[in-house]
Amino acid sequence: MEIPYTVEPRKDTGLYNAKLGIWLFLASEVMLFGALFSAYILLRVGAPEGFWPHGWLNVPLGTVNTLVLITSSITTVLAWAALKEKNFGKFKFFHAITLLCALGFLGIKSVEYRDKFMHYEITLKDGRIIDGHKVEETKEEITLSGRYVKDREELFDLHKHKHAGPHEEIKIAKADIDPVHSGNYGPRHSTYNAIYFTLTGLHALHVIGGALVIGYLWLFGAKMWKTDPERFTNRVEVSGLFWHFVDLVWIFLFPVLYLL
Amino acid sequence: MSDATSHSHPHDHAHESHSIKGYLFVYFALLVGTIFTVWASYIDLGSHWNIILALVIACVKAFLVIAYFMHLISEKKMIYSILGFTMFFFAGLMVLTLCSMHNFPLNTVTH
Repeated sequence: MEIPYTVEPRKDTGLYNAKLGIWLFLASEVMLFGALFSAYILLRVGAPEGFWPHGWLNVPLGTVNTLVLITSSITTVLAWAALKEKNFGKFKFFHAITLLCALGFLGIKSVEYRDKFMHYEITLKDGRIIDGHKVEETKEEITLSGRYVKDREELFDLHKHKHAGPHEEIKIAKADIDPVHSGNYGPRHSTYNAIYFTLTGLHALHVIGGALVIGYLWLFGAKMWKTDPERFTNRVEVSGLFWHFVDLVWIFLFPVLYLL
Repeated sequence: MSDATSHSHPHDHAHESHSIKGYLFVYFALLVGTIFTVWASYIDLGSHWNIILALVIACVKAFLVIAYFMHLISEKKMIYSILGFTMFFFAGLMVLTLCSMHNFPLNTVTH
């Protein structure tokens, strides 16, 4: 049995079915990210004075990633417009750029994630705090390129304490570390990092999902252009709507997490 | 414009090239908006005004993407109704969260 309304609009909705489907799905996505944003607001407002981090993320990398996603958004819409103009070659060109942008975004994000997992805050049993990036680790000791921190509060606002002290290589015996209050800047480090990894991780999963669909339509799914070009154009439009939503979420994530 | 079912029309090509100019305009507006957001974040307007400005720019950018890249400006009523309901519940979620700020027990979040 043939799937109905893949090209022609239904009389009652005025839309082809896939378009109605993607908008309903996007509506549910708005609520998913909305719930996480509200969790972010609660955590931020509930944080004690001076203990909500500022300047922890790499703004130049975040800015580049924002520009990369915006670029992928326009190439997505241009790819669809190319199909409307019956120009398949242009479609392939623009969507190839979209896919490269998706890979670029994920590459930059993984560089940022790696930095967080290599960055350590270590509290010694005598109460002193060392903050820095891991250089090497053996069974007995860990070496950080960092500095001793006078007051933990100075770690939270890096705008104010940017030049708090010179970095040096510090060897720390593992026996001297207080394991409860030590670790890297992964999701377990603080509520800020927990919500940062949750929001950006979920967003990255959406980037991967969107790129897989666009990649399929670019490669194997493109065969449909020869047999049913209008249906193929609609598929590209629907995948594009999802991709724009992914861009939309990042438009809010970037200032909220990186700048404010 | 967003219906693939529309039959070819003598004005279609002119319309498409007009749309592409529009897309490019939106693209440059989004780039400028991004640079402006970053620039504005380094100016100390007082933390509340910094937050408000960044969110206003983000909302303008979001509007441009939704209205022009997602073609919501010329969509069917059905989609407006779906999004109307969504916005109602989304706004409810945010307003209830913001209202709860005044009742939030302080210093209860560990970090």
